[in-house]
Amino acid sequence: MKFSQALKMAMVALKGNKMRSFLTMLGIIIGVLAVTLLISVVQGATGEITGQIEGLGSNLLQVSMMSPTDTYLTTEDMRELEKSEFIQGATGIVSKGADVKGGTETESYTVEGVENRYQVITGQVISLGHFITDIDVAEHTYNAVVGTNVATDLFGIEDCIGNEIDIMGYDFTIIGVLEESDTMLANKDDTVIIPLITAQRLFDDKEFGTLYVSATTKENVDIAEEITDDFLIKELGDDEGYRIINQNMIIDVMNEVMSIMTILLSGIAAISLLVGGIGIMNIMLVSVTERTREIGVRKAIGAQKSDILTQFLIEAVVLCVLGGLIGIGLSYIGLEVIGLAMGISMSMSASTILLSVGFSALIGVVFGIYPANKAANLRPIDALRYE
Amino acid sequence: MIELRKINKTYQMGQAAVHALDDVSVSIKDGEFVAVIGPSGSGKSTLMNVIGCLDLADDGEYILNGQHIDDYSERELGVIRNKEIGFIFQQFNLLAKLTAYENVELPLIYQGLGMSERKKRVTESLAKVGLSDRMRHRPNELSGGQQQRVAIARALSTHPTLILADEPTGNLDSKSGIEIMNILVDLHKEGRGIVLITHDEYVAEKATRRLHMLDGRIDKDTGKAGERA
Repeated sequence: MKFSQALKMAMVALKGNKMRSFLTMLGIIIGVLAVTLLISVVQGATGEITGQIEGLGSNLLQVSMMSPTDTYLTTEDMRELEKSEFIQGATGIVSKGADVKGGTETESYTVEGVENRYQVITGQVISLGHFITDIDVAEHTYNAVVGTNVATDLFGIEDCIGNEIDIMGYDFTIIGVLEESDTMLANKDDTVIIPLITAQRLFDDKEFGTLYVSATTKENVDIAEEITDDFLIKELGDDEGYRIINQNMIIDVMNEVMSIMTILLSGIAAISLLVGGIGIMNIMLVSVTERTREIGVRKAIGAQKSDILTQFLIEAVVLCVLGGLIGIGLSYIGLEVIGLAMGISMSMSASTILLSVGFSALIGVVFGIYPANKAANLRPIDALRYE
Repeated sequence: MIELRKINKTYQMGQAAVHALDDVSVSIKDGEFVAVIGPSGSGKSTLMNVIGCLDLADDGEYILNGQHIDDYSERELGVIRNKEIGFIFQQFNLLAKLTAYENVELPLIYQGLGMSERKKRVTESLAKVGLSDRMRHRPNELSGGQQQRVAIARALSTHPTLILADEPTGNLDSKSGIEIMNILVDLHKEGRGIVLITHDEYVAEKATRRLHMLDGRIDKDTGKAGERA
């Protein structure tokens, strides 16, 4: 018997019992829905968070300086570090929380003292005016660049170039406004940036609180980290006083967490698929018993064992694959809805679709083979006599 | 050519063992119209099942077309049921979800015939039993006599050498029964062998040879004595 004929026979049998076929499929539908939805959401969330971290600049190293030390780093040390062929730029900042007065408002913000190269190294974008210049640093001027929140908090509008703000009793002129940051990680929306030396004098503190080091390329981040580490040990004497944060490291940890979650969720989903498969087997066994006489007639008019086996196996596989496809369709709709609700774009990867369809077909074969075999092995005379 | 030698078959019915066939020996030539007649429980259905390769005898020899039945593989027996033998049952045994056309087509599908050949054979068989206008009807839309005619068409579609009919008129009114018998007589005239199981003497009269069965034995065989009805 040809495969197309067997498929046709299976479809006739399934159509003849629509409600039952649907209920049987429901187990697989829910299982596949769970698998594809959960995996896609995790993948979507991973992509979103990785994107945010990468938005900070994945070739960037951040060094947090722990506590005041006897020997501290200077801008000359940073220039020394920049001589490495793997390092594009290195800069140190001093920072402090301070009350900032502008117009009639007073708010508390982080005030950072930076060099001009800070902008390029950390990838900040200016929306209005310009950034702190080398001259600002050299002549320790009282110019400031503010984040968008600072501008709107203090002056009500973003364009506040030329306005004066008061930091710790000194008047600063606003020369630039930063573009609103779309990442949560390198967010400078609530920061006031002033020239490095001005800040060092204002805070009476020459020590860098944070260093930013950018590698020449993404691939060189790890080498840049080693070089920075060696350099800091040489300069500071030990590795106690600082901690290097590598963006790749964060992404790696995150990916690891997410892959563990994927495995966990897949496990749960696999269990629900297993339950669906058992449902299929159950119904197929009932179906074989119900159709014993039909099987007898088919054998009497010349159906081979393999014909009966194929017919019932195809019924089970069709149920599973159809259920799988419906499940994928539903989870596609579900993802669109979740995506809209959460404002993140979620998509199902082709591998997820292939995996779930393949897995449902496999379940059809695994759980269909026993009932199909039972049907195929019925003796024609027993099957015909069955009432 | 069918040859049975000392066939025995015992069924376990609860506690009691029923000796359905007791040393049955008979030979049926190609193209014979044989009626097996006897009261219920005489073993005539069991005899048909053995002849039709639906059931195997406990012991004895069954030689079909010159070959011992034990020498056929399961697959070959399937092919014999498909090509050599056409079954007609008392309960018609049509598949309820298929149309008359599809029911008749089924054995041809199992044979692996192509679409156009199947169509030719199905139309031809249904025309022979006078149901060309009922092709698209399902069994529940047909009368008992029409259903049995569909079943005959199904048996004929494979052009079998032997037709095995188990009480084909048992579930029918007398008029339909006569129609069915007339079809069988015509088929015999065309040279097809028929083995008909019945408990109705009147029906058995249509056959050219009668085997009377009683308690699992062949009581009387008109063929052996050379009698003609």
